[in-house]
Amino acid sequence: MFPRPIEKASPPAKALYKIALPVALIIWLLPLLAVALTSLRSQADILTGNYWGWPTSFNMLENYTAIFENTPIGQYILNSFRVTIPTVIGAVGLSCMTGFALAVYKFKGNLILFFLFVAGNFVPFQILMVPVRDFTVSLGIYNTISGLALFHIAFQTGFCTLFMRNFIKALPFELVEAARVEGVSEIRIFWYVVLPLMKPAIAALSVLIFTFIWNDYFWAMVLTQGADTQPITAGLNSLNGQWVSSWHLVSAGSIVAAMPPVIMFFLMQRHFIAGLTLGAVK
Amino acid sequence: MRDYWRANQQRLAPVLFLLPGLLMFLVYVVVPIFQSVSISFYAWDGLGEKEYVGIANYVELMDDEAFYTSLKNNVIWLVLYMLAIPAGLFVALFLNQNVRGIRIYKSLFFFPFVISQVVVGLVFSWFYDPSYGLFNKILEFFGADPIAILADEDWVTYGIIIAGLWPQTAYCMILYLTGLNAVDSEQIEAARLDNAKGLKLLWYIILPQLRPATFIAMVVTIIGALRSFDLVSIMTNGGPWGSSRVLAFYMYEQAFSEYGFRMGYGAAIAVVLFAIMMIYIASFLYKMYRDERGH
Amino acid sequence: MLHNKKTLAALFAAASMMSANAFSGELVINTDTSDPAPKAAFEALIAGFEAENPDVSVTWNLFDHEGYKTSIRNFLTADAPDLANWYAGNRMLPYVNAGLFEPVDDVWAANGLNDSLASAAASMTIDGKKWGVPYTYYNWGVYYRQDIFEANNIEVPTDWAGLMAAGETLKAAGVTPITIGTKYLWTAGGVFDYLNLRTNGYDFHMALTKGEVSWTDDRVRATMANWKELIDADFFLADHAAYSWQEALAPMIQGKAAMYVMGNFAVAPLRDAGLTDDQLGFFQFPVIDASIPVAEEAPTDTMHIPANAKNKVDAKRFLAYLARADVQTEINATLGQLPINSGSSVSDDKFLQAGYEMLSNTDGGIAQFFDRDAPAEMASAGMEGFQEFMVKPDRLDAILERLEKTRKRVYK
Repeated sequence: MFPRPIEKASPPAKALYKIALPVALIIWLLPLLAVALTSLRSQADILTGNYWGWPTSFNMLENYTAIFENTPIGQYILNSFRVTIPTVIGAVGLSCMTGFALAVYKFKGNLILFFLFVAGNFVPFQILMVPVRDFTVSLGIYNTISGLALFHIAFQTGFCTLFMRNFIKALPFELVEAARVEGVSEIRIFWYVVLPLMKPAIAALSVLIFTFIWNDYFWAMVLTQGADTQPITAGLNSLNGQWVSSWHLVSAGSIVAAMPPVIMFFLMQRHFIAGLTLGAVK
Repeated sequence: MRDYWRANQQRLAPVLFLLPGLLMFLVYVVVPIFQSVSISFYAWDGLGEKEYVGIANYVELMDDEAFYTSLKNNVIWLVLYMLAIPAGLFVALFLNQNVRGIRIYKSLFFFPFVISQVVVGLVFSWFYDPSYGLFNKILEFFGADPIAILADEDWVTYGIIIAGLWPQTAYCMILYLTGLNAVDSEQIEAARLDNAKGLKLLWYIILPQLRPATFIAMVVTIIGALRSFDLVSIMTNGGPWGSSRVLAFYMYEQAFSEYGFRMGYGAAIAVVLFAIMMIYIASFLYKMYRDERGH
Repeated sequence: MLHNKKTLAALFAAASMMSANAFSGELVINTDTSDPAPKAAFEALIAGFEAENPDVSVTWNLFDHEGYKTSIRNFLTADAPDLANWYAGNRMLPYVNAGLFEPVDDVWAANGLNDSLASAAASMTIDGKKWGVPYTYYNWGVYYRQDIFEANNIEVPTDWAGLMAAGETLKAAGVTPITIGTKYLWTAGGVFDYLNLRTNGYDFHMALTKGEVSWTDDRVRATMANWKELIDADFFLADHAAYSWQEALAPMIQGKAAMYVMGNFAVAPLRDAGLTDDQLGFFQFPVIDASIPVAEEAPTDTMHIPANAKNKVDAKRFLAYLARADVQTEINATLGQLPINSGSSVSDDKFLQAGYEMLSNTDGGIAQFFDRDAPAEMASAGMEGFQEFMVKPDRLDAILERLEKTRKRVYK
């Protein structure tokens, strides 16, 4: 283990480490803590410039009710879910198949197709922006949840394929061969042999894609507008323009926007970290 | 029909499995790249007829101050964003212990990566506010004059990059934490017996084993640096007087703002950005190719 | 088989969880009226319209003021509402030229608007057609802390020397003479407009914004030299590029700054923050060159029907409603602005009365605003240059040359 385990260090060093941990954490998360605290402040605190001291009163209920009652933030959150969930299902579903095809079958162009997915995953969004917007408009689904979700599914399929293909490649190939010898059809092999083994990969990818899509801002700006369709990231930006200097509301809004992926992260932490590292560091 | 399938299923199945995903990917990702390249040779407001102008958009770019500002900022982003890698390694080493509750610490340190860049941007613009932001309170405490980071052309890009480094460091940290889990402890012990310690041990024994993590950290950091749109848009909108623009943002501005809808010109900027990114994509693919051959 | 885009589109539409289609009787309105007073005015306006037209239900999409400027072109081309607010004059020209706005001469003819809205008819007309309905305009000028002026025995300045003297006195008293927030650029455009109108007059200002004069012209330099005098004297709020116009109100509310070159819409938030009419005053921007007739700035805000709107019938009913004298009286009382309809009455608010009187007596010409008189691309480059100039006045030459380059490209 590196560095040397702290248990083996001298008592003062051990004590120092135990103090350093929480102190470092507080400094690291200071911006977030300040936001959390500010989301509880009163208008009066904000007006008198009490941003960093202890709040004179706690207004959690008031501030959070205020943002839900006076702004469409609830709608924005709902939109985010309506974009994110179909994208997770779509991209993970499609990539189970593409990943399976690229990992199990040997055919001409296999590696080229695989590299196509990988490379596409890294292109700058801007080079896709104008044509994708045009295409979406011509399908008549500009400014709809479906329009945004369809693009996300397509784009995320690149990353997911990279991930799935590497995952399946690492599975014992003998399983597939044994099934073939028994005369099991390819589709059944996919469904009954490989898919059950992919559960950890599916879980890991789902959490990861959920976070990516939830936090997407650029495509939300390009493909949607207005509170009917915009997800929370774009919505928060718009609300920020309306809540000028009302930092207690901006903070409360930020906390609300950050909540779902944070909860997701804590519930599925193991899968999340597996996803970040497993698909990539092979 | 059924028999045909039976006989040829090993050839047909991959087509079947690939088709839906590949089709979507072609339509939404691959084809648009070529379309963008083609649009960059036209003058087009997104509505009327496209007018072929050859390389005029690129010629104009060469003489556009805002383009050079954006390009310069992109380079600054690329260089400074790399700090996330050593910083992430440092935090990972700090946290790679087995004391009680360390798992919670690890996840809390990872926190900034989970939240949206919009929130990160808002948090930091507030942190930098010249009249009451914490940053200037600290400066004040040390007796320095306040600096309006986001309104000062010399500081603004650095200010935004620091905001970006926060989640990026968390990302690199998690990559390294996982990497550190997998280092060969026997090798470490052997090296320790040879009296290697501290930095020397890190440099000669640990880092070589962390190479895959470092590679991925580099890839995601470079991509992140070149994609730096969200924070610029949220924190400064490219200002003051355009001094914090990056290519990604400038492209969006030219193509989509009230003042623009210069699709052709925007596409030309995107092509330049794409060309820069292509260098990294190509080297990434090359490495993957070598790994695949190595199997 | 799915072989054409239409079937594909139908398929997607059917599959979509919610489509943004408007049905008849449903009216979609997009506005940028996100500040408290305009928001309240539109809430009342829409409620009033719905009460009179129970068969129409309005969906109102509220955008934030600055974000709207990037959204409008996007939604006009891709997914148009039935009505959108915007601005008169050159600011609507690109959308008219692109065929994105619907001409509404029939609404004007059917409701006698050619008489009642005659004062704004010219700014709504392009190619002989009317492209929207104006509902409000407002004066610009200098809003100031009357109480601070009195406490320091400062006379309301009427000329340049007076303004400089007032500023020096304020500075000596530890008060920032002029507050401004240039983060979103346009506030600097207002200052430029006034300096240019006072230095060179209305005709020159119009020629400049129309692209007929070079930005490196000596007359432009004269305007900038006056501006530099204010900058060198440290009259403007420090770090103004970090603030939006609303954030820059704070120093004035706290008594740390005394003047603001602004439109009348600034009165509502200043009052909301607790300033009384005894503390807050208004004066006309001081004269710089007495030989030049005094011109003013008074932007007009408007409503338009996008060419791609789905429910134009009800949209026209809404425009007719918006043009009515009583409706304009009411909406402008809430906005704290001036009605266009000649049959409307101006609220007896002291600032509105002062602004109304000032504009009625203006004989030097009335400009819209820098970003409405100049085409969008020029305006954007110009205001960015003004912001830079206010922080780095030494770069004047480079800035003017850049603007000249933009002028040559934009006006072709």
